[in-house]
Amino acid sequence: MLTVSTGNKAVAMAVKQAKPAVVAAYPITPQTEIVEQIAEYVTAKELATRYIAVESEHSAMAACIGAGVTGVRTFTATSSHGLLYMHEMTNWAAGARIPVVMANVNRALGPGWNIWAEHTDAMQERDTGWLQVYVASVQEAYDATLMAFRIAEHNDVLLPVMINLDGFLLSHIMQPLVADKIGDFIPPLHLPHAIDVTKPRGYGGLTGPDEHFKFRWDIERSMRDSRKVIEETQAEFNRRFGREYGWTEDYRCEDADVVVLSLGTLGKEAEMAVDSLRKEGIRAGSMRVRWFRPFPKLDLNGRDVVVIDRDYSFGFGGVLARSIEAKNRVDLFSVIAGLGGQEVTYDDIAGFIRNRRMGEEFWFGVSGDV
Amino acid sequence: MFEIRIHSRGGQGGVTAARLIALAAIRDGKYATAFPFYGAERRGAPVVSFVRINEKPIKVYSQIRRPDMVVVLDASVMETVDVLHGLRPGGTVLLNSAHKSQFKDVKSYHVDLTGIALRENLVVAGSPILNTPVLGALAKLGIITAESAKKAIGEMFTDERNARAADAAFREVAA
Amino acid sequence: MLKAAGPDSVLVVPACCTSVIQGIYPNTAMNIPVYNVGFATAAASASGMSAAFRSMGKKTNVIVYAGDGGTLDIGIQALSGAFERGTDFLYICYDNEAYGNTGMQRSGGTPLGAKTTTTPGGKTDFKKDIDAIVAAHEPPYQATACAAYPQDLFKKVQKALTFRGPTFIHVLAPCPPGWRYETGKSVEVGKLAVKSGMWVLYEREYGKLTITGPSKAAIKKPVPLEEYLAPQGRFKGIDRKALETLKQRVDRTLKRFAQEEAGVC
Repeated sequence: MLTVSTGNKAVAMAVKQAKPAVVAAYPITPQTEIVEQIAEYVTAKELATRYIAVESEHSAMAACIGAGVTGVRTFTATSSHGLLYMHEMTNWAAGARIPVVMANVNRALGPGWNIWAEHTDAMQERDTGWLQVYVASVQEAYDATLMAFRIAEHNDVLLPVMINLDGFLLSHIMQPLVADKIGDFIPPLHLPHAIDVTKPRGYGGLTGPDEHFKFRWDIERSMRDSRKVIEETQAEFNRRFGREYGWTEDYRCEDADVVVLSLGTLGKEAEMAVDSLRKEGIRAGSMRVRWFRPFPKLDLNGRDVVVIDRDYSFGFGGVLARSIEAKNRVDLFSVIAGLGGQEVTYDDIAGFIRNRRMGEEFWFGVSGDV
Repeated sequence: MFEIRIHSRGGQGGVTAARLIALAAIRDGKYATAFPFYGAERRGAPVVSFVRINEKPIKVYSQIRRPDMVVVLDASVMETVDVLHGLRPGGTVLLNSAHKSQFKDVKSYHVDLTGIALRENLVVAGSPILNTPVLGALAKLGIITAESAKKAIGEMFTDERNARAADAAFREVAA
Repeated sequence: MLKAAGPDSVLVVPACCTSVIQGIYPNTAMNIPVYNVGFATAAASASGMSAAFRSMGKKTNVIVYAGDGGTLDIGIQALSGAFERGTDFLYICYDNEAYGNTGMQRSGGTPLGAKTTTTPGGKTDFKKDIDAIVAAHEPPYQATACAAYPQDLFKKVQKALTFRGPTFIHVLAPCPPGWRYETGKSVEVGKLAVKSGMWVLYEREYGKLTITGPSKAAIKKPVPLEEYLAPQGRFKGIDRKALETLKQRVDRTLKRFAQEEAGVC
């Protein structure tokens, strides 16, 4: 059915269809609309979920973990400071192998207070054992949320999944949305280590180095196994609903001499830049990175690479750029742009590509002209 | 691509107007997006919201700098805001006013949305509702079809006065 | 305590001494599931667990077992939230009046005058009145207990689990290494805490206070506070002023309880 929705409401709509038993959440701009909408579904009895209006994000994740270990489906949503406040528990969720699904509406970190789009919040969660996907349209926010439940809860994965959507740019924009009847696309959750009072076990007690090491490896093994599950899930989604998703969204990359890589809505704007550069005779392509954990294998050989980061790791560099560099051993032009909601247009992106300076790092709006 | 910038004051329903216009365009079979200016909005402060309408999927997320059309829901914002800023040559202005407007080198139209809302008693918390009648005026100007304007209003609101006000605006919009 | 709860129960344990005594992975010394959770999250984790069990139509008892640090200090926000939301669970705080796992640092539960590794000169602030804070949330049932009176604790746990909604039991747990007395004296020290009025045993049912067990006598005629302090190394050398302040505080507390129970406010 063709309808219209904001990014936030599309996530809520997908959550409604996934029917989690427990949602525990705390409000924060620009995420709040997601949990408000879920609360409305619950109040209107359109969704039989226990909605726990916790007193903090730390407690939101704790409550999802406590609920999740009984074997039920859980969801929460957050943003920025809220995500960082729950950081201890995001690690815990992955370590406890609770397949929580969370929407994170990417927003800058203070001080000073800034409510606009930036990816630094989610980047600080990259080593927690969460799968991370970045979306770039209202439709994709909806689709990725549906797929997140299936991927997280797959018995070869059993790790939490974070869906990232750009604050305001995507959370508050209204776009067309095709919402489907999902049927049995998300099978019932069977958590092998669910609490069973008839078989009492201890969970998460004191653990020696040998066992701890094995648990850490087990997270990584599942992270590796998740690649196949992600591919299968995306293929099955395409088969059922006719919308195709991959590790990246590639646009005119086949014959490209230069490829621009980015996360989120920047990647859509980058496609416009590619079109205008092609008119100038520059063979450009865009590769929008969708999955950040597990990190995708990218085909970049023999091309110039421009990476736009809407994030930064101080004393190191743009997180996406340096990750690509480390995994692909390519020389690249690293652009830092869009922090704190700085506007980046397709003309700006075309400029980055046209005037690329390989091996350098460029701060848009700070470093002068590219 | 057709780009519209809507000027209003916080709380006047500018964002909802943008969403209604986009929804109507989608019901016309086109692609459309609607979004607010992502500021910390306060009631009463001048605000803008945006609509893009296109025959193809829309990939642009940045603000509209060169609108094809400007809609002014509250004429008093013109005291502090240059509503014509960036308007494309040959662009259009639609002003909520009972009087003919004074703009140079642009196609300008006016319609008394406030008067229509008051006539239809379309008032919430003391404020006349402008975001549904404006769809009628835009239908008359050919941005959306009258049929889709009604459909969009019906999808977002149940009160029939909204559609009646849109009809009135359709009839009353003037150059 | 576990006996009182029965087999259809889950223990939720934040970082505390119980993290250690339950056994090392994959063993557990308990005969019900034990779920270890983040230090600050006992009440929040239990909120989620309780909601999940109830959503499945299960009546499983969700019991938090947390120390004073995890309750009075780092976990108080989650505790307050869970009580305010009417979470169906039992929260047991066993209070040894300091951070035990890390080697006896001052907590909000440490009483005035007690020496800890971070208050080597004796604590200069009063013990936080967590029971009054919990009472302000108006739970259907709350109680205090002392490890020296296990029968009383057993009954209170049983009773707490008959209520729907959040219930709270605050247990004073004398700690030989932390309080610096001989291990064999735990029961004696615990009883002296009650008899001296330093610790008052009571129940509060829908707000109504009932003084219970030996506190009924102690509240009228407490033994001198020095008898409780003397065997404990942590109070050794407590200065006269601190001792007087502590005594006044105990007197005032006992008077307040007696008046409230008698209906005089």
